[in-house]
Amino acid sequence: MAVKVIIPTPLRAYAGKQESVEVQAATVGEALAALTGKFAELKKHLYADDGRLRSFVNVYVNDEDIRYLQKDQTAVKAGDTISIVPSIAGGARD
Amino acid sequence: MSVPPLKVREEMVRRIHAHGVETYPHECCGALLGHDGEGSREVIDLLPLANRRDDSPRNRFEVTPDDVRLAEKTAREKKLELIGWYHSHPDAPARPSEYDRDHAWPWYSYIIVSVQKGEPRDTTSWRLHDDRAAYDAEEIETVGHS
Repeated sequence: MAVKVIIPTPLRAYAGKQESVEVQAATVGEALAALTGKFAELKKHLYADDGRLRSFVNVYVNDEDIRYLQKDQTAVKAGDTISIVPSIAGGARD
Repeated sequence: MSVPPLKVREEMVRRIHAHGVETYPHECCGALLGHDGEGSREVIDLLPLANRRDDSPRNRFEVTPDDVRLAEKTAREKKLELIGWYHSHPDAPARPSEYDRDHAWPWYSYIIVSVQKGEPRDTTSWRLHDDRAAYDAEEIETVGHS
């Protein structure tokens, strides 16, 4: 099924400068795997060394955060939009 | 690798300092709105945001995805782009910490203002390397109103 993945501005340089990429997938996990298969450079910005999504990378299907759905097992259907939305964090001392 | 200077309107520098003073000894944070072009980037407006790290606001800040989306929407409405973020380091230098680096995104400009004993001091800006290993310092070029 063709789903659209919206790429946030800071990551567009690693996705052929595109605002969105269409991939074939039945779940969010498959969609992100297809995306990083196409654009390997995206991997280190989306995933931590342990292979899990970085904590400040948020993924939405249409307008729902996948943390409140079935996470990367969340099913997607043709025409759905997956958005990668950053959260921003930092601070003075380690 | 060096990056071109970040132009920041004088009034925006003043507003970032004022925000850092207002929230001292806690960290302030907000969005940088402006234009990004080939070889030049300019901060034209700000969107001050609440620091969502209630548990450790003296040395941490967080902007939720909802606030990020609000910042993107605000930028679009003003015909600007969301080009980065600012935050304060209360009683600490205006240099990115290891925690900053670990949580940073590429491409965005990150302005840091050091607020010492309630007074704004150094203001710096940084951009994460593509490989996430380090930052480039981005010179701040203060500009008047055009």
